[in-house]
Amino acid sequence: MKSLGSIRRSFAPWSDPNSIPYISIRNVTKKFGDFVAVDNLSLDIYNREFFALLGASGCGKSTLLRMLAGFEQPTSGEIVLDGQNMAGTPPYRRPVNMMFQSYALFPHMTVEKNIAFGLKQDGMPANEIAERVKQMLKLVKLEKFAARKPNQLSGGQRQRVALARAVAKRPKVLLLDEPLGALDKKLREETQFELMDLQQELGLTFVIVTHDQEEAMTMADRIAVMNAGKVIQVATPPEIYEAPNSRFVADFIGDVNIFDGKVTAVTGEFVDIEAEGGVKLRMVSSEPPAVGQNAAAVIRPEKIRVTGEKPAGRANALEGEIWDIGYLGDMTVFRVKLDGGKIVKASSLNAVRAAEDPLTYDQKVWVSFDENAGVVLKD
Amino acid sequence: MQRWTPFNIVSVVLGFAFLYIPILLLVIFSFNESKLVTVWAGFSTKWYVSLLSNKSVLDAAWVTIRIGLVSATIATVLGTMAALTLVRYRRFNGRMLFSGMAYAPLVMPEVITGLSLLLLFVAMGMDRGFWTVLIAHITFTMCFVAVVVQSRLLTFDESVEEAAMDLGASPVTTFFHVTLPIIMPAVFSGWVLAFTLSLDDLVTSAFTTGPGTTTLPMKIYSQVKLGVTPEINAVSTIMIAIVTVGVVIASIITKRQELQRQRDERMAMAQP
Repeated sequence: MKSLGSIRRSFAPWSDPNSIPYISIRNVTKKFGDFVAVDNLSLDIYNREFFALLGASGCGKSTLLRMLAGFEQPTSGEIVLDGQNMAGTPPYRRPVNMMFQSYALFPHMTVEKNIAFGLKQDGMPANEIAERVKQMLKLVKLEKFAARKPNQLSGGQRQRVALARAVAKRPKVLLLDEPLGALDKKLREETQFELMDLQQELGLTFVIVTHDQEEAMTMADRIAVMNAGKVIQVATPPEIYEAPNSRFVADFIGDVNIFDGKVTAVTGEFVDIEAEGGVKLRMVSSEPPAVGQNAAAVIRPEKIRVTGEKPAGRANALEGEIWDIGYLGDMTVFRVKLDGGKIVKASSLNAVRAAEDPLTYDQKVWVSFDENAGVVLKD
Repeated sequence: MQRWTPFNIVSVVLGFAFLYIPILLLVIFSFNESKLVTVWAGFSTKWYVSLLSNKSVLDAAWVTIRIGLVSATIATVLGTMAALTLVRYRRFNGRMLFSGMAYAPLVMPEVITGLSLLLLFVAMGMDRGFWTVLIAHITFTMCFVAVVVQSRLLTFDESVEEAAMDLGASPVTTFFHVTLPIIMPAVFSGWVLAFTLSLDDLVTSAFTTGPGTTTLPMKIYSQVKLGVTPEINAVSTIMIAIVTVGVVIASIITKRQELQRQRDERMAMAQP
């Protein structure tokens, strides 16, 4: 069997101009009274993609998902699924199924009946239903619990019943609304990988809504970062993390240092920026801003090294003193106060058990990073 | 633990005495040998026997039960529909008016309800009797059903209905296969409440009935005007017995469901 990675590496229909999107969301706006929940949003999602809508609560991601399911109608714009315009199609006639955040299991039915419910609505013959239900129970490893009612199950088991029920009909698209939100951390991590395997196994398109960036980064082929009803950036997890297109995305995903300043010189792809507190930086940018323009250098903490001596051969080295040290076990987070007053976050992996030169509080140190350690954002 | 202080004991005894001495007296005197209601002359069940041959009382009882069953059923259907509308459609033209009208009978003096219904029936030229009493009972019991069902619907997770529709069930299928089974206990309580309210209603029935239709409470009341007989005591005792048995069964069922729920929860907790 091929590993997930080998399948995933070759999967990138969005970069092929000839591929036809499976779900097309075109200029969709949804208003509730005066409140604009989704604002003129356009998105393409491809067949067999694991797509994540990521954003804080109230950013419109759930509303978008509910419009895909058919529980809400767009105020304007259209949603096309596999070539069919979904306008006016009620939820019970759409080839999509949803896994609800609350699981929404039918409390008066057994696990088996819950899973069979959707199949019965399609008028599937009883023996085929029984066969499919068995298959689903096996898939989510709940064979022993077929006759239980939902209130006789643990949270993790309920989650798996909800999943089995949603995929039992083999929908074209599975919508997942914060599917792991109610699970504890350990179970959540396990389930993330289970969901990825399941998606590959069934060959379905998954659209997941989450506010948990780690969850989105782990599972999704592509992520759409949303804010105030708009999509800010759509990209693969590494692109989102390493090349955020905006301050919002940079700040929302992971930890980040942002140096605000003015461009003083541009030489080829090198950009010199003078940031607050007299900090001079040299960064690389594929689309450099003009001299005199406002710009921000964005660098992730793990790209920054903290050393006692001034390092040789690094483009950017700034002097400061250690302000805070956070020991997290697998890594240590330093907060270094630069001479100009700015606080810089830097993290280093604790790959060896005892460091030779432990850095301590108030020590004079150098923080350093390469020209290509971060990105330059134009304001 | 709470302690039994003399004050507690006295209040409990007085409270129960206040509530139950009249009823107890009625039950005791229904087994009285004497025709006089206030003089004890030994134990006897003869009034119960004579009751069996009292056709007018039996007829009244039969009318009451028929009206109770039919009106409670129709009131449950209408009350459930009203509750669903009020909970699910938070904004529609005339919602305030509708909810006000649905709940008015809860606070309206029964005399007024009865009188207004009577005027309506007269204006419409309806012959008063079984049907008018039936309609009147539906009118005033419906709102009680609506209140009971509405309070259940307020805690109902609507995503369960959405899940059903998402899985391909039409709104009608969703209602009968998902919503109704889940709210059934509340609907049933509503029905029981409507039935008991209908059984013992005197005022509204008296206003809206016509010749030939006498309910049991009306029969008892009219008999009392001629002097209380132990036979009336016997009828009343039977009514008390029926209501008591109903209440006991209902509370046993509730208790058992509660215990089952607790067992289920323990079972769920015990799993990984």
